[in-house]
Amino acid sequence: MNLIGLGLVGFSAILLLALSLIKRKSPPKWRIIPAFTKLSRAMDLSVEDGTRLFVSLGRASLLTPRGGAPLAGLGLLRRIAERTSLSDRPPVAVAGEASLALLAQDTLQAGYQAMGAGDLYQPSSGRLSGMTPFSAAAGAMPIIRDENVSASMLVGDFGVEAALLADVAERENTFLLGASSDISSQAALFASAQEPLLGEELFAAGAYLDAGASHVASLTVQDVLRWLIILALLAGAVLKLMGLI
Amino acid sequence: MRYIAVAIAIAAGLMVLIGYFVPALAGVQSVLLNWAIILAGVAALVGVFNLISVHGDKVRRREKGSIYSAILLISLFASFIFGIALGPDNPNMRLLVSIVIVPVETTLMALLSVTLLYASIRLLRRRTDLMSIVFLLSAVLMLVASATLPFGEISPLNDLVRPWIQQVLALGGARGILIGVALGTLTTGLRVLFGADRPYGGN
Repeated sequence: MNLIGLGLVGFSAILLLALSLIKRKSPPKWRIIPAFTKLSRAMDLSVEDGTRLFVSLGRASLLTPRGGAPLAGLGLLRRIAERTSLSDRPPVAVAGEASLALLAQDTLQAGYQAMGAGDLYQPSSGRLSGMTPFSAAAGAMPIIRDENVSASMLVGDFGVEAALLADVAERENTFLLGASSDISSQAALFASAQEPLLGEELFAAGAYLDAGASHVASLTVQDVLRWLIILALLAGAVLKLMGLI
Repeated sequence: MRYIAVAIAIAAGLMVLIGYFVPALAGVQSVLLNWAIILAGVAALVGVFNLISVHGDKVRRREKGSIYSAILLISLFASFIFGIALGPDNPNMRLLVSIVIVPVETTLMALLSVTLLYASIRLLRRRTDLMSIVFLLSAVLMLVASATLPFGEISPLNDLVRPWIQQVLALGGARGILIGVALGTLTTGLRVLFGADRPYGGN
């Protein structure tokens, strides 16, 4: 079993490296996800009208298996920091876990520096909103309400408490994109968020927002692996039907 | 300096990953994970300072809602002083936590049920499509099938429809979503491992 796992990781790594290095002749074509189109527009609008973007990265620790979703959120945050670095109001990123809040600060600063606007970075734009799921949600709600936020993004690992943030965003009439790796939270966000993302769509943000070749390659690797899993499941079902396993 | 940080991060990540598959590296993996746990503990302390700094600024500038920030800071310092004086295992300290945090979080949970009900009612106004209708119908069906009704259970709904939806449709869908999330996590982790994404800073 260990060997299968190692093989899968090794195969994915080689494929990711190869696809990242190969230069494509034509831009990749994917299905349209309206949430990303609207998010891109919301980012541009926030710079034009001097409003703020709000990003919540959830409450998962990077030391747990749930750490993948906040990493994807940090990737999106980096892209947001780069595109809105010249805005009058910097984006605000919050997390319900301390190390994630520190990484959010670091990511924002790196985004500003990459665009040559390092002196515009404000350390208070990366915050710890609370130490428990509900206190983190309660700590983030006033930011959406009081800090001139025009678009909110919940991208990370949340519980059902994400619906409270979605409710505040709706009351303030702001755009809300909700993406979580947790199933119950996805159900809550499907009901309450303006633009919910389901399942692996959470990890596609970078590729859809032109974050670089590695993000595009990452999406292609996911597609390849998904087809392999589908084939393995079908093969397993056929072998079971034939009584061979 | 930036390159050294990236090299250390990649080397540590690789050793932890390989440690899962190669038993000889399990010791190194364990040491690195223990260091990470200690660093996460220190990060919690830094996070609390961040919380104090952000809310302290709000109080100083007398921003909107600064009264709540003041209450937060007073509660934080009071908990800290009591925690230091009495110790975290003291029954009075535990009582202090359980009579504040537990009821407040339970209240938020209760608010959440109302919020979700209201959101479901507004869902069709926001997005009138097939998925929204299926979502609402399945939610209502599951509620009716699970509820204790005054005239007793609706037998076919409770015995046949609910288990079928739960164990075939919902479980299959949930597994599909989790496979997608797992693949996304794998490729995101690999991007970080290769240094293509660097959430620990650097351009």
